[in-house]
Amino acid sequence: MSNFEPKILAFLCNWCSYGAADLAGVSRMEYPANIRVIRVPCSGSMSPKFILEAFRQGVDGVWVSGCHPGDCHYISGNLYARRRFQLLKNLLEYIGIEPERLHFTWISSAEAGRFQEKAKQIVEAVKKVGPANEKKKLIKELKPIA
Amino acid sequence: MLEGYTKEIREAAKRLIRDKKVDCVIGYSKGSIPLVDAPYFAYTEEECENLVWSGFCTKNLAKYLIKRLGKNALVAQGCVSRSIVGLINENQVKRENVYILGIWSPGMVDRRKVLERVGGKEIIDVKEDEEKLVVIGDGWEEEIKRKEVLRQNCYTCASRNAVLFDEFIGEKKESKGGGDIDNVAAPWEKLSIDERWEKFRETFKECIRCYACRNVCPLCYCAECFVDESRPQWCGKTQDEADVYTFHILRAFHCAGRCVDCGACESACPMGIKMRVLTSKLEKDIRNMYGYEPGMELGAIPPLSVYRPDDPENFITP
Ligand code: SF4
Ligand code: SF4
Repeated sequence: MSNFEPKILAFLCNWCSYGAADLAGVSRMEYPANIRVIRVPCSGSMSPKFILEAFRQGVDGVWVSGCHPGDCHYISGNLYARRRFQLLKNLLEYIGIEPERLHFTWISSAEAGRFQEKAKQIVEAVKKVGPANEKKKLIKELKPIA
Repeated sequence: MLEGYTKEIREAAKRLIRDKKVDCVIGYSKGSIPLVDAPYFAYTEEECENLVWSGFCTKNLAKYLIKRLGKNALVAQGCVSRSIVGLINENQVKRENVYILGIWSPGMVDRRKVLERVGGKEIIDVKEDEEKLVVIGDGWEEEIKRKEVLRQNCYTCASRNAVLFDEFIGEKKESKGGGDIDNVAAPWEKLSIDERWEKFRETFKECIRCYACRNVCPLCYCAECFVDESRPQWCGKTQDEADVYTFHILRAFHCAGRCVDCGACESACPMGIKMRVLTSKLEKDIRNMYGYEPGMELGAIPPLSVYRPDDPENFITP
């Protein structure tokens, strides 16, 4: 397991967390290459479908990050999302998806350090639970993602 | 069939049709096989004679109000009336277009439990009163206490009396199912993460994707269901495990904050799948975190359409 390198899909909101990832990049702050980023307009635009699809496509972990509550570019997108994510995370844990595979954070566009720190932390957490396909959980067919 | 209630329903229905108060009375009629009563649409006074009330009225009639024209009367026990409230709140039904014949439910019967009780022998007819069923076969008869063969959701019912009605059939009676829903809503919570997955897999593996559970549910009125979407296709159409699981996770999630636990989905499933195990978990979380119970109050805003500044957020990675 020690050389297991998980694939983690990160959905980052355009206005805050993606900005933080960008800033981390231009500031030459290194974070593990296990993270693949998809930019979304707002954490409020995230559907549970996207998260399930990521698992179906064979990722080992999913990370969703948006603006801090109160800082949403669309005022309240992340506050609606908060209820959805809370319920979804509870539900997935309830059916046996390890909570270590699914992460949510609030990161503002100035918090490059926090982005780096969370990225490392999440990669470690997913490494600990191992590859998602080991138990063939939600995966339909293993299509490697680039 | 419960004679007293049946008689009252027929009389009320005939009166409504005669006085042209409604175009149609939607209720149940005796099914073509024992233990299953069927939805029925009575447009004339004669047709009203076919309406019945029994322990086998397991479909949720509120479903028929969606996109229905004209003014309709509907026979509604607690859960069905709660579904109507939900549909009104979600702007799918206009209050003035439905005349609710509220009624008390004695608790609906789980057909599978009865079949199991009689050891799979062929049942020809059933007689019932509020307390018991008498199951009749070829040359045999067996008496069964109703409360031993109820559907699981009926044991923990929050309101057996209709919560919203224009007229009440019979008397209001004990409204609670008796059981504590919070004790049974999320049975897998005490298991380890891998045991949970085993249970989940075990529960859903026989699903044949017939969608009876979706079609019967009054919450499922989307113009295009996610299972029918093809570009992009979020949920494959096969019976492959992953597709079945995706279907059930999303189906349950789409019902979050809306499911009244009417049990129609479980009653309709040809494979005997107990899919309420997911919806009841979601509703439990919603009660605990947001203090909301669906279908109890006209004008209530569904919990996923609002937020509070101090909503719990223990899902956040610390
Ligand atoms: S999900 Fe099942 S129990 Fe809930 S409202 Fe729909 S049919 Fe009724
Ligand atoms: S009714 Fe039963 S078999 Fe049909 S789709 Fe629903 S759970 Fe699957």
